Amino acid sequence: MNLCVDIRKNTYYDSVALMLITKEIKKMPSVKEVIVGMGTDLNKELTENLSLSNDEIKGLTPNDFFIAATSDDENSLEIIVKKVDELLNAKADFDDSAPEYKPTTLSAAINHLEEANMAIISLPGKYAAYEAKKALNNNLHVMLFSDNITVEEEIELKEIGRDKGLLVMGPDCGTAIINGVPLCFANVVRRGDIGVVGASGTGTQEITVIIDKMGGGVSQVIGTGGRDLKSAVGGIMMIEGFKALIDDEDTKVIVLISKPPAPEVAEKILNMVKSTNKPVIASFIGGDRIEIEKHGAYSSVDLEDAARKAVLLSEGKKIEDFTGFTISDKEIDVIVQGECKKISKGQKYLRALYTGGTLADEAMKMLGKKGYRIYSNIPLSPELRLSNVHKSFEHTCVDLGDDDFTLGKPHPMIDPVARVERLPKEALDDEVAIVLMDFVIGYGSNIDPAGEMLETIINAKKEMEKRNKYLCVIGYICGTEGDPQNYKSQSEKLEKEGVILMPSNAQAVKLTSLILGKLNKI
Amino acid sequence: MTAINKLFSKKLIVINLGLESFQKDLKEQKVKSMHVNWRPPTEASMKLSSLESENISEKIEIANKQALDKLLAAEPIIVGIGTAGNDIPGMTKKTILHAGPPISWADMCEPLKGAIVGGLIYEKLVTNEDEGRKLAASGEIIFDSCHHHSTVGPMAGVVTSSMPVWILQNKTFGNFAYCTFNEGLGKVLRFGAFSPEVIDRLNWMEKVLAPVLIEAMEIKGVVDLKTIIAQSLQMGDECHNRNKAGTSLLFRELATCIVKTKFSNDEKAEVLTFIDKNDHFFLNISMPACKCSLDPLKDIPNSTVVYTMSRNGTNFGIRIAGTGDEWFTAPCELVEGLYFPGFDEKDANPDIGDSCITETAGIGGFAMATAPAIVQFVGGTPKDAINYTTSMYEITCGENNAFKIPNINFRGTPTGIDIRKVIETRILPIINTGIACNRAGVGQVGAGVVHPPMKCFEDALTSFIKKTI
Repeated sequence: MNLCVDIRKNTYYDSVALMLITKEIKKMPSVKEVIVGMGTDLNKELTENLSLSNDEIKGLTPNDFFIAATSDDENSLEIIVKKVDELLNAKADFDDSAPEYKPTTLSAAINHLEEANMAIISLPGKYAAYEAKKALNNNLHVMLFSDNITVEEEIELKEIGRDKGLLVMGPDCGTAIINGVPLCFANVVRRGDIGVVGASGTGTQEITVIIDKMGGGVSQVIGTGGRDLKSAVGGIMMIEGFKALIDDEDTKVIVLISKPPAPEVAEKILNMVKSTNKPVIASFIGGDRIEIEKHGAYSSVDLEDAARKAVLLSEGKKIEDFTGFTISDKEIDVIVQGECKKISKGQKYLRALYTGGTLADEAMKMLGKKGYRIYSNIPLSPELRLSNVHKSFEHTCVDLGDDDFTLGKPHPMIDPVARVERLPKEALDDEVAIVLMDFVIGYGSNIDPAGEMLETIINAKKEMEKRNKYLCVIGYICGTEGDPQNYKSQSEKLEKEGVILMPSNAQAVKLTSLILGKLNKI
Repeated sequence: MTAINKLFSKKLIVINLGLESFQKDLKEQKVKSMHVNWRPPTEASMKLSSLESENISEKIEIANKQALDKLLAAEPIIVGIGTAGNDIPGMTKKTILHAGPPISWADMCEPLKGAIVGGLIYEKLVTNEDEGRKLAASGEIIFDSCHHHSTVGPMAGVVTSSMPVWILQNKTFGNFAYCTFNEGLGKVLRFGAFSPEVIDRLNWMEKVLAPVLIEAMEIKGVVDLKTIIAQSLQMGDECHNRNKAGTSLLFRELATCIVKTKFSNDEKAEVLTFIDKNDHFFLNISMPACKCSLDPLKDIPNSTVVYTMSRNGTNFGIRIAGTGDEWFTAPCELVEGLYFPGFDEKDANPDIGDSCITETAGIGGFAMATAPAIVQFVGGTPKDAINYTTSMYEITCGENNAFKIPNINFRGTPTGIDIRKVIETRILPIINTGIACNRAGVGQVGAGVVHPPMKCFEDALTSFIKKTI
């Protein structure tokens, strides 16, 4: 056993730093025992205990630095000294990697961030209402992403919000853009003069994305949560949001988005249209257009139509219903003919696999009008409910974001695994002709939804090819050029594998309908 | 115009609770935001709601304000040096005081037992370890908490009748506090060592150190400690695990007076060298300074402020202003930290000592931001040190008006632990501490940080609710 000693007189280092270095050196395989320290009485005593002492060390003062080590290897002193020097001179990491401070309660966060004006709450429903109430009591606007909150709690929160003039967006609100900032699941949409209040998350995403595509922009996009326009809640937040947009100088056109509200709620909201000169588009998906227009609001045929009308009105242009395509009929015809040629006899069914609930709903309503019976987990009528949501039947359209698929799992916009597992099953069915899919991008969503599906799409097409069948895949990317996912590369990935991309959900459904029509002779 | 419209003209500033990715997206967009490290409520935190009604919470706020005011008004000074037997109230020749909540000989940890053996040898009541253990177990010796006698002691905290003690006074309220002299590092009584060198040192402290300091203090008069602590905190000490600056400042106060005493030059030089070589000499001053500052908080009805935290190596105990003398105890935790060469976790005794009186008063671990060297014990960076201090503001009722931390804009140290906040936030006080060997007679084996057990605070809350409602 060799004792290696290195001494530097009148050289000071902090004792804790030296303890850390001792610990590091001890890890070296050739080192038995080691002390790197200053010549204090304590350290000298420790060297004795570990048989690391010699006369030189005994004579040290607290101002003297020493390294004392025992080792099997004669040459280890040099290596140890080099390593100690390395550690002593290690450049401090200026990029302080310690994490930023995170308080553990809302109250503490308010103390730290006194100017805070918004709370985003996505806690388990059991606790979310309590925290939301605390936020409102502290004059914070609230975006309540959480679900599993009772109607009573929702009403209480919204009444507090109304009385204090605060937003209560939610519960179960996924989309908002306030002051140009996309919150939770929202897209990077140009700022402009169209104000939106939406009770449906993907419906709102779809309309704002198309506004952006057409060159328009949004002032504010307020979410209300899906239950707001039911009779129990009475549309409290839709009304408050609508009022705020009426009073907002930067808003020239207002779009209201919801599934058909309870009649008395619709009445209340539509009566407010008279109180403003601003054009109002009420996109009550599948709602009564005559009723809407009677109150002086504009109605729409679908989400895309609502967005287009909003942009045209903001530009002061004339509007009319948009029922066709943004590319020429001839081009559409080429696509339809081309696809139908490839599809074999006996292939006739649609399988629509949506991640966006409102987009799925829109698809079913459009196809339903054409006479198709579409089975679903969120069916338009009870007899169209799938007996097993995991197994498609004839024409099927599923919302993979519904509780049936998300219990205890992330939403498919975040993790597309549910669709990755579902598509191969559809490809086993010889009667399937078309798969229709949405790819929702923007903040909150998966960073590469196209990439996540790509291999599955390729394999599904191959599987059917093996059986001399052809799988027609129609897709729609709900997103803007500004979204963090890179819209262009998402499109290129899908188109390269033969996915037919359409510029809106409505147009994707219309194309689907044309092809289905040929196959089913409707 | 409603508040909604006002929001439209403001910059959005967001607090995020739940999915952290939502805040990441906001940060990417350069939106000012803060994520809350939210935790679901516990059984104890549900109980807090019984204190939330307006008339009760108002009473508590008033009482806590009173407690904080008292703590901040304290002016600890050194008034002199005495002996435990003569000066500490309730001491007898056969009384031995120890750190932490009361405990019987049988339940004591080894370092405390070792220190008691050493104390008995030092008092010449026994001559060796066997006799010491026998006498200690006989029931002839009265054991009691230092805290019950206006006293605090680091680590084992053993005080016997012949030991010289610092006498401190809180000038504002007139109450006193006592503490023995710090022996230095290595084999020392407070870590349970009792070998001849330990006893020799104790004898020297009694025969040389104390007389010299007594005369020096007579020349000096009093030493104002609030200013020394305030300055030490600005010089990189947190006055618990790092006392280099405090010791140096005290040395400056005392040196000329020591020189002026009538003792031989050798004796004076011995005393000055002893102080100079012991980086923790000031610890035994900062502790009683905190003790006499906190004692006036005892018995403030309705107050949820902690006025004692202390451990005996077996149990951790706390006491609350609103529940007076009652101890709330639970088994001590192990210290997380760095070990001296030749030692590791297997050698560590659970947390021990009265020294966390410093944290109770809002320094020590609570002032970690000012002493970044200390955070290295747990492998932390200066930013971590700031985060430790920042988190302590969440469990305290106020900030110190004299003790300021330069690198967080001279903010006052977080002061006055509120058990309600500890339970609500589930943030436990952070304590800087030394690690004692779990075998009697060995000494200190490392240093690090430790927390009190949550149970102490939960039990305190239960008792407080019973008493208050």
